[in-house]
Amino acid sequence: MIEATAKHTTGYGLQTTSWRKRRSVVFFRTLFRPLQGKVGAIIIVLMIAIALAAPLVAPYDPLKPAYQVRLNGPSASHLMGTDETGRDVFSRVLFGSRISLRVGIIAVAIALAIGVTVGLISGYYRGIVDTLIMRFVDILQAFPGFLLALSIIAMLGPNLRNAMIAVGIGSAAGFARLVRGSVLSIRETDYVMAARVVGAPSRLIMRRHVLPNALSPIIVLATLELPAAILVAASLSFLGLGAQPPSPEWGAMLVDGHNYIQTAWWLITFPGIAIFITVLGFNLFGNALQDALNPRLRQR
Amino acid sequence: MLIPIWFGILILVFMMRVLVPGDPIQLMFAGQYNDPVVEAQMRHKFGLDKPLTTQFVEYVEGVAHGDLGFSITSQQPVTKLIEAHYPYTVVLTLTSLSIAIVIGIVTGIIAALRKDTVIDLISMIFALAGLSMPAFWLGLLLIYVFAVDLHWFPVLGAMSPKGLVLPSITLGVIASAVIARLVRSTMIDVLNEDYIRTARAKGIVETRVVVQHALRNALIPIVTIIGLQFGGLLSGAFIVEVVFAWHGIGELAITALQHRDFPLIQGIVLVVATTYVLVNLAVDVLYAVIDRRIIYS
Repeated sequence: MIEATAKHTTGYGLQTTSWRKRRSVVFFRTLFRPLQGKVGAIIIVLMIAIALAAPLVAPYDPLKPAYQVRLNGPSASHLMGTDETGRDVFSRVLFGSRISLRVGIIAVAIALAIGVTVGLISGYYRGIVDTLIMRFVDILQAFPGFLLALSIIAMLGPNLRNAMIAVGIGSAAGFARLVRGSVLSIRETDYVMAARVVGAPSRLIMRRHVLPNALSPIIVLATLELPAAILVAASLSFLGLGAQPPSPEWGAMLVDGHNYIQTAWWLITFPGIAIFITVLGFNLFGNALQDALNPRLRQR
Repeated sequence: MLIPIWFGILILVFMMRVLVPGDPIQLMFAGQYNDPVVEAQMRHKFGLDKPLTTQFVEYVEGVAHGDLGFSITSQQPVTKLIEAHYPYTVVLTLTSLSIAIVIGIVTGIIAALRKDTVIDLISMIFALAGLSMPAFWLGLLLIYVFAVDLHWFPVLGAMSPKGLVLPSITLGVIASAVIARLVRSTMIDVLNEDYIRTARAKGIVETRVVVQHALRNALIPIVTIIGLQFGGLLSGAFIVEVVFAWHGIGELAITALQHRDFPLIQGIVLVVATTYVLVNLAVDVLYAVIDRRIIYS
């Protein structure tokens, strides 16, 4: 009977939950959830280590062609095979981590710089400034994200630097909206009121009192935007609008692989795995951070 | 709210050509016209010699009459090019959306019903993998396995129902990950409500409890995310169309971007953004259909 009822209950802690189920609940709550964050953190640390150590670890020059070994499959001398000009795919994947991490970090930094500043001003000053900024944010968010990045690239021209700017501007609207929401409630608190009463200038209040208290959702969003930025930048490079050949950017490497899909499976496999694992690591870490900072989500 | 936002989009799209760093004629023709006389003629042809306000008024009039200008590379009206390619993108997006909705809702419901079990874990790993997977990579893998290796589907560029299968799965599976996560968390909340306990206590069959009582009450956030995913799918179609050589608007846009064909880029951005705004409007209308308590004044 208990087993039968347990089938119909999904709530945590209901008395009808069977012993076996309760054991699995304990497992998932105490082991799996924290494990997610740890796995994510390990992947991120590993990726950073690889990016930093790439010149020391990479067995070959990632840009130097070696036509005598072109399109060779994975072997002991070339762990991930070679591409159409004989370059070592393993070395290129290692060096690619530098580009992808840099792109992700710079794009999010641009989004943070624009989004946080605009959100702070909008939420703190309110009035006509807030209305104008938020209507502009509404318009930006009315574009599907990738389309906005494409439009910015169309204006600036296709290269990796502009791809980072495009991804950064494309994500800034989300940060602006988030920061504004937090600031609206923080500006009404007693400590902000007290700072205003003693005559502290607005810029000081925003920097010292408002921003530090709005930080935790910003950090979570930044952690979740970073993998998204890496994905969009890789997509732009794949379309020929970001990193240009012979750059060992993972998205650009997949374009080359695309042309040899019938003969060289390794060219479309390893750069893709590298993007997938990096993005997965940041997503796992971001989710764990969100869970940790949001008790409501922890219950799920 | 819809009309001011659409007008804002129109202004931004118009400003694309104006805000370009450098001279648009030089950029578009990549230095083909070094003769100042020819350059002046081109400037006149594209209306760039007129004051900005006049250019904007003419642009708005053109849009109102369905005239989005001439493509520089193909020398055809932008509207004609979009008309020829957009239906393919719409078909791809709608097919992918259907796949995403079915996989996302079913996975999300199962994960919610079997919360904190191995099934839940597998579903959520699937969702996380979907979120982390680049669409173009999944597309390449599907081509390799199902077209190159197994020969079940055409490798590239087949504008047929069979050619639609792999690109739709690529886009649909990735979009389903986001839907599955939201359906799971919303269903967990709803399944803990008192009315669900009451329904179960009354002895109503579990399927009916889940579909009629729980899912119906979880529909609003689900419909919202599906609406947002439509935008994601439209964007994703730009990439997947290139991977599969599907001759939709995405492929057209990328070619236009590579040649800095501004009239065509502007036309495509305007049409896709307008579609997205209209889909969001449809979602708002759907809220009132799903929940009769919502009344728009």
